[in-house]
Amino acid sequence: MIDARALSKRFHDRKRGEIRAVEDLSFRCLPGRIYGLLGANGAGKTTTLRLLATILEPSDGTAVVAGYDVVEHPEKVRASVGFLSTATALYPRLTAQEMVEYFGRLNGLGETTLRRRVDELFERLEMNGFRDRRCDRLSTGMKQKVSIARTLVHDPPVMIFDEPTVGLDVMTARSIVAFMRECRESGKTVLFSTHVMSEAEKLCDTLGIIHNGRLLAEGTLPQLREQQKEQDLEEIFVKLVTAEPRAKEDCGQ
Amino acid sequence: MSLRNAGIVYRKEFTEAIRDRRTLVSTILVPLLVFPLLTAGFGYLSLKLIGKARTEVQRVMVLGGAGSPDILQGIRKLDSIEVLPPAADYAQRIVNKEIQAAVDVPPGFQAALARGDAPTIKIYMYEGEIKSSFGAERVEKFLSDYRTQLTQRRLAAAHLSPSLLKPFEVQQENVAPPEKVGGAALGGVVGYVVILLCLTGAMYPAMDLTAGEKERGTMETILTSPVGRTDLVLGKFLLVLSASLFTAVLSVFSMGASFYLLGKTGGLVAGPGSLVLAISFKAVAVVFLMALPVAVLFSAALLSIALFARSYKEAQTYLTPLTFLVVIPAIGSLLPGAELNARLALVPILNVSLLCKEIVSGTYHWNYIALIFLSACLYAAAAVWVAVKLFQRESVLFRS
Repeated sequence: MIDARALSKRFHDRKRGEIRAVEDLSFRCLPGRIYGLLGANGAGKTTTLRLLATILEPSDGTAVVAGYDVVEHPEKVRASVGFLSTATALYPRLTAQEMVEYFGRLNGLGETTLRRRVDELFERLEMNGFRDRRCDRLSTGMKQKVSIARTLVHDPPVMIFDEPTVGLDVMTARSIVAFMRECRESGKTVLFSTHVMSEAEKLCDTLGIIHNGRLLAEGTLPQLREQQKEQDLEEIFVKLVTAEPRAKEDCGQ
Repeated sequence: MSLRNAGIVYRKEFTEAIRDRRTLVSTILVPLLVFPLLTAGFGYLSLKLIGKARTEVQRVMVLGGAGSPDILQGIRKLDSIEVLPPAADYAQRIVNKEIQAAVDVPPGFQAALARGDAPTIKIYMYEGEIKSSFGAERVEKFLSDYRTQLTQRRLAAAHLSPSLLKPFEVQQENVAPPEKVGGAALGGVVGYVVILLCLTGAMYPAMDLTAGEKERGTMETILTSPVGRTDLVLGKFLLVLSASLFTAVLSVFSMGASFYLLGKTGGLVAGPGSLVLAISFKAVAVVFLMALPVAVLFSAALLSIALFARSYKEAQTYLTPLTFLVVIPAIGSLLPGAELNARLALVPILNVSLLCKEIVSGTYHWNYIALIFLSACLYAAAAVWVAVKLFQRESVLFRS
């Protein structure tokens, strides 16, 4: 489970002064469900996910991920999370197997467990054909599979996806979507950020609309439709965002 | 801090490094080639060129000389000298390297000598041009010998002893052992090259493991793993240090081997004496010991600076001026008269450079060695601390 409690993140920029990337953000993602964080570019999605994955430290507030506090036990949180984004690239000079093994070892897996787990993942994701191929010689689809195997090697209870389909072709994007569904079915807590309405509509059990670092609305799609008296998710999103008092301010991140 | 995790990071970085051609070139190829090229190659080549210039036939133009047959005949008889007829553009031809020198023998020179006058012979040459120097030298030596013979004849005719003109002799004699002479000549270069190679060996891996990772997007990937930032920086630092030390070991080894082989083959013959470029095993060991903290300092400093950069290119921009900062004190030891003292022993890089100069020439001031080693360790520790702190700063890791 992910329980964000009044999370805030401020950055300091020499030219722009203080930037409030995330402000007083509270939401809850449950196991076996996909929570979609929906927002425009610069809304604070990536910062929120980085805070939850303990890549960044919150300025205020905290979050509990898989039972661990992000401020007090960041390393335990990271051991319980699989984080996938288009920014999380692969080491070009490692082979697909070495890449996955590296993250398995960093996650504390013993050699026997690691070997079994790697074999299992390579079999399941049909990666045996390029097991010993260097990552810089893999196709985009193959790379995506290695990234997925990398996030799953330690079998984390929480999966965080930061716009994982951006820039991918249709087939690769579909495999990522299928993978997210699989994670939900296996009882994992899935947090997913996107600005693609159709993807959010298809995948998410709960939606949170974020703008200027603040959560504007939250609920299931029927609940949001009911609250906003609109049927189309895009219309709901636009209505909420344009009604927000700070909408015209620089949202910077 | 988990040494296990730092070890895992190190192992992975090592695997990637040995698969990277650029790292292999900077850590293995360059140090292995520098010393043989510098000593055997460069030394052999320069000796060969000097030798060739010395034995080559020099073209000398004789201007005037009417009524001085002895002089003209003497110059013509000189080995490897080709005498050319006079021409008005002799100066231009010297500058164009068509001829090496020109001798201006004034008319009636020999008659003037017989009268007891002191006429002047001028030799025109191209200063700094080695072949011209050799040509001019040969003619000058002949004239000098001719003058000595004339003086002796005049003294004999006047029944005077030759010691009248030279009441006593002055003689210079070297008492330093040959290795010290060689060390004094090349000691500064050794320290300088070892220091520079420690830096260049660490430079590429440091950029690749920090700015390179940011650029490739793998920095965020590793930050999502449970590895602590201190373990991460330690693993990366150890790899950069390994590269730097490996470069230092190879350069010291290559230096020792080059000098040993050169010593075996009789050393370099430079001028009248023999310059022996031998370096003892003890010297090699101490130079390596001193290179250790320097390598630590460079590794941590390079890692910190390169981490600050957003891209590989930016890191190169930051690190290029650093090369000059290192080269300037390192080259300080090459300055004539630059000697180690208590104050200079605390100046980073320059201290090790000066110490290497002493060590290579066989002088061991153990108090300075201890002081320099300790101060270098202190600077190195400070640099490692800075690197660890920088890895914990979000503004540096996610600088955009």
